[in-house]
Amino acid sequence: MQQAIDGTVERGGALKSGSNLERVLAAGHFAVTAEVEPPKGHDADFIRGKAALLVGCVDAANITDNQTAIVRMSSIATGIVLLQGGLDPVIQMTCRDRNRLAMQSDLLGAAALGVRNVLCLSGDHQSFGNHPGAKNVHDIDSIQLVRMVKEMRDESRFQCGEEIAGGGPPYFIGAAANPFADPVALRPHRLAKKVAAGADFVQTQLVYDLDRFREYMARVVEMGLHERVAILAGVGPLKSTGMARYMRDKVPGMAVPDALVERMAGAVADLDPQDKAARQEAWRAEGIAICIELTRELKQIQGVAGVHIMAIGWEAAVRPIVEGAGLLPRPEVHA
Amino acid sequence: MIVAEQKPLQAVLEMLRGHRKVLAVGCGTCVSVCFAGGRKEVGVLASALRMARGLDGEPLQVDETSVQRQCEVEYIEALAGGIDAYDAIVSLGCGVGVQYLADRFPGKRVLPALDTKFMGGPTEAGVWEERCQGCGSCILDRTGGVCPISRCAKQLMNGPCGGSKGGRCEVDAGIPCAWQMIWERMEALGRLDELLEIQPPKDWATSRDGGLRRVVREDLRTPRGDAS
Repeated sequence: MQQAIDGTVERGGALKSGSNLERVLAAGHFAVTAEVEPPKGHDADFIRGKAALLVGCVDAANITDNQTAIVRMSSIATGIVLLQGGLDPVIQMTCRDRNRLAMQSDLLGAAALGVRNVLCLSGDHQSFGNHPGAKNVHDIDSIQLVRMVKEMRDESRFQCGEEIAGGGPPYFIGAAANPFADPVALRPHRLAKKVAAGADFVQTQLVYDLDRFREYMARVVEMGLHERVAILAGVGPLKSTGMARYMRDKVPGMAVPDALVERMAGAVADLDPQDKAARQEAWRAEGIAICIELTRELKQIQGVAGVHIMAIGWEAAVRPIVEGAGLLPRPEVHA
Repeated sequence: MIVAEQKPLQAVLEMLRGHRKVLAVGCGTCVSVCFAGGRKEVGVLASALRMARGLDGEPLQVDETSVQRQCEVEYIEALAGGIDAYDAIVSLGCGVGVQYLADRFPGKRVLPALDTKFMGGPTEAGVWEERCQGCGSCILDRTGGVCPISRCAKQLMNGPCGGSKGGRCEVDAGIPCAWQMIWERMEALGRLDELLEIQPPKDWATSRDGGLRRVVREDLRTPRGDAS
């Protein structure tokens, strides 16, 4: 099935960035991306180990930017190590930690080092992290960041209007979308704003509630947004009943149906509660199985151009999920 | 109004270590209305300070007074007469008041008894909430009369973020989501289409980021040398 993807195809194949992710989407393939969590240290081998788990099973790898406001190795630096390891990095950039000067400077630097994808985010509030007394920036917001990167790329202009010597950095521009956050009626409109600002692709919040996601996508398709932006649905393997419950009850903007929580509980129902290893194995197998089923279902939803796997530090789960969903081997699309 | 809150007694005692005779000065405007630094609060704090220092065996003389507005020199001028008798001034004004006193009495140590919190107002008895950050270029016409600069934890101009749940902010369930309110207000006003327009980056030069801010009204200025 060929997905209709914005611009690149319709404009006669001219690529905006030439990134692997853009090429895979432009060629009409169902894309697969996964999230990599940088280390809380400076060990490059740790990242190389993660890269080895993902090479050949994803089209691009997102690198989080101090996610949940916890300090980790920089997204760009981690992305370079992944690039050297054979992956197409998607650097995440939040508006929490940098003003427009720092963002543009980092975008130029990352492009010089070979980065071609950026995901523009507001950023989790610093009160959730390990430096709750930090001053946040929020000079611009995520939609303004999308537009700034687009103007840098397409008009070779800095946000202030000055020309960028030698042309703008060629980024494939991403944004996030949360179909489940309130006010729900506003969510497709907020996606429309991100598309209007210049987003080429969107990665959504973790999808566990397919019914609610289908409703969201129906509205998105009705608005024609899927033809202008590649929508990658977020998926992730649950690791335990407790995690499923926590996500259902405590994480803002998450929707986890009771049936999935019960399924995770059922996976360990017949096991000895003291046998922690057996319980973990059973949970993880069930978590991956659920994730595979969700991925297969999401692939059938009109307007979904791919999946984005957020394994939250459990990168080893990515290959079995991609393989189980019948998405291997990954396509090789040359420029 | 400017909303302030008294510092813990221990913090004020700490600042006053070594001083023997101080003047506690209240302010009759904002901090009086929010029960932090009016005449009554001056009396309560002065008593508490005297008592605590008495118990410590290091008596402190605290004289009490209050002015209508600490943020105008005309009002604090009345204190000039007897000020030499004190070795420090404890201001129960906001941060502006403290600085006006320090500026008027350069030889005196002026100590803040309050933490100045924000510009806002009461939402119910005993509760005050922020409403304005003084960003210097008001956008309330575009946001249905609800300010995202002061009321959104991320100061989003094109919100809400993904953490809005049930009309509450992810940072604290006690905080209403400003963007949910903006959405509802604009919907009620029949102006939702305006929220679909992308708001460009804000010019923060008019905010604190531009350095010390001044408002100059030429029509109100007294010509130099012609003060009446």
